[in-house]
Amino acid sequence: MTPFPSPTSPPPRSALALTDVEVERIRNDFPVLSQRVNGHPLTYLDSGATSQNPISVMEAEQEYYEQRNAAVHRGAHSLAVIATESFELAREKVAAFVGAHTDEIVWTSNATEAINLIAYSFSNASLWLGGPAARRFRLGAGDEIVVTEGEHHANLIPWQQLALRTGATLRFIPVLDDGSLDLAAASEIVNAKTRVLAFTHASNVTGVINPVDDIVAIAKGVGAVTVLDACQTVPHLPVNVAALGVDFAVFSGHKMLGPTGVGALYGRSELLQAMPPFLTGGSMITTVSMEAAEFLAPPQRFEAGTQRISQAIALAAAVDYLTETGMGRIAAWEAELGQRLVAGLAEIPGVRVLGPGVGVERLGLAAVDVAGVHAHDVGQFLDDAGIAVRVGHHCAQPLHKRLGVTASTRASAYLYTTTQEIDLFLATLAEVRPFFGVTDAASSNSIGGK
Amino acid sequence: MSDLQNLYQQIILDHAKARHGAATQALDSIDDIGMPDGTYLGQSHQINTTCGDDVTLRVVVLIDRPTPEQMVIFDSLPFEISGDDPRLPQLIPYINQVQWSGDGCSISMASASVLHDLVTGLPVAEARQLIDTFRDVLRSRGKIEPDEEVLGDAAAFGGVSRYPARVKCAMLPWVALEAALNEAQSL
Ligand SMILES: Cc1ncc(COP(=O)(O)O)c(C=O)c1O
Repeated sequence: MTPFPSPTSPPPRSALALTDVEVERIRNDFPVLSQRVNGHPLTYLDSGATSQNPISVMEAEQEYYEQRNAAVHRGAHSLAVIATESFELAREKVAAFVGAHTDEIVWTSNATEAINLIAYSFSNASLWLGGPAARRFRLGAGDEIVVTEGEHHANLIPWQQLALRTGATLRFIPVLDDGSLDLAAASEIVNAKTRVLAFTHASNVTGVINPVDDIVAIAKGVGAVTVLDACQTVPHLPVNVAALGVDFAVFSGHKMLGPTGVGALYGRSELLQAMPPFLTGGSMITTVSMEAAEFLAPPQRFEAGTQRISQAIALAAAVDYLTETGMGRIAAWEAELGQRLVAGLAEIPGVRVLGPGVGVERLGLAAVDVAGVHAHDVGQFLDDAGIAVRVGHHCAQPLHKRLGVTASTRASAYLYTTTQEIDLFLATLAEVRPFFGVTDAASSNSIGGK
Repeated sequence: MSDLQNLYQQIILDHAKARHGAATQALDSIDDIGMPDGTYLGQSHQINTTCGDDVTLRVVVLIDRPTPEQMVIFDSLPFEISGDDPRLPQLIPYINQVQWSGDGCSISMASASVLHDLVTGLPVAEARQLIDTFRDVLRSRGKIEPDEEVLGDAAAFGGVSRYPARVKCAMLPWVALEAALNEAQSL
């Protein structure tokens, strides 16, 4: 395969970014990357869906099971004490990583559960649970919840359901053709009735990074609670939730070098204190009678039942790995890869990038529509060359509809992605339309699709 | 032939473009379609949730009735005879028409096109047999060599059986046909 011709003026390399040599060294820490797939070296460009794990993360989990496994916050024996300490140390590390206080981080299964936790807590408050303190979260007819058109289903459906349960109205801030939010419209859509404003920090489809400051300012202007979906930013950019000024933020461990089964909710202390619980049962109570129970303070109030202990500990090891590598350097590296991607894509006939074009800030990912070839077929062609990408709607059907497609093909990078991998993806993608016999002249000459 | 060429055989790419039997408009409600006597309509909407492939397939099943000439003879018989009298020749339901609309990858779209060509005019029982044969081939992970005599153009989907993630794409219209036939025959 001939290397893809590099864009006429390659984007300047940032002094801050990881170097090719460092990335090669990083790759040695990720055993899965040295595999061969379909007779080719694996080119893993699906970190936006889930990332790979470094050895240190897998070892942390194994070490826990070999030496410290016990129920946390429950037993008095030595092992239980050590397990509890490790579990809480993990919380401290993850909290520090995103600029939160330790007791502002609640463990969840993933970001999806974290958003549901908020929505169900508000729902419970709307049923008058949680007493006077929770009054501020009560929703009903006349109240409005605002999301954006660019959300992952995880940050849309829980709010749709909350609106249905409470009688509140769901509204959305539209996305513009370039994938950015229509902020002018936002100032009108967000009004005195708006109680919650939930939005993504960065899009898992377009790679657009939303202006959190502007959106938070709009929400604060009307006293709405802000919920930030930080799934695509906490793993890839330095994020400080306190500095961003949001009330809540959510992210998933498996997208940031951690294991599956663990994610986190950040909530401003004052808010978590006032919220009624979502899941209830053991480990989240103080005193219990046959009729009623009193609940622990956050974060334990929101952690019912035996927790994902090994996963939390492994996630802390992932955070260590990211911190040692340097989030600023990772972000700069991925910004370069993102620009290399869009610059290369712009030169392939019949390929349209969803979202911003060359030179505009974006994550290290790009989703494309290949004229005349369905995303599933594009993905199959790439897979044959050992290239793993995501095809479909990436859990964002409304956004795809807004951008005029039902499905797309997404390549997403991480700290272990090399420039050669991006180039291989570009070169292989350029062969897709010829393989399927789609010519430039006729888009009606379509394989699959509408 | 590479694996990929074996998956995307020319027959499949051609059908994906030609889309035989595809309706010009999306098929949705079947409520207001005036149907002649003796015809039964079934429709099914199938989605492949992994990739969003989407097929709506409508089938018109026709059950042969005695011709007017035959009816004259029946009427002149010295005894009463009804349309379902076992002494009459068997009335075999067959597929009079297949129409579909959809959006999806080349495998699912080509599969719908091939299906249309194969089952139109076929007795329902034979169509059901064909569905089973096609399913067996696709689930065989490459072990069953498709019989071109039986499957015609659908034999080209043999290569798909080696790609478990794509089997559902190829099956989608066939599953829709099965459900649509069930609906038509329950009426
Ligand atoms: C922007 C965004 N939000 C939410 C999610 C949901 O994450 P999870 O499935 O780990 O809960 C994802 C991941 O797919 C995402 O990319």
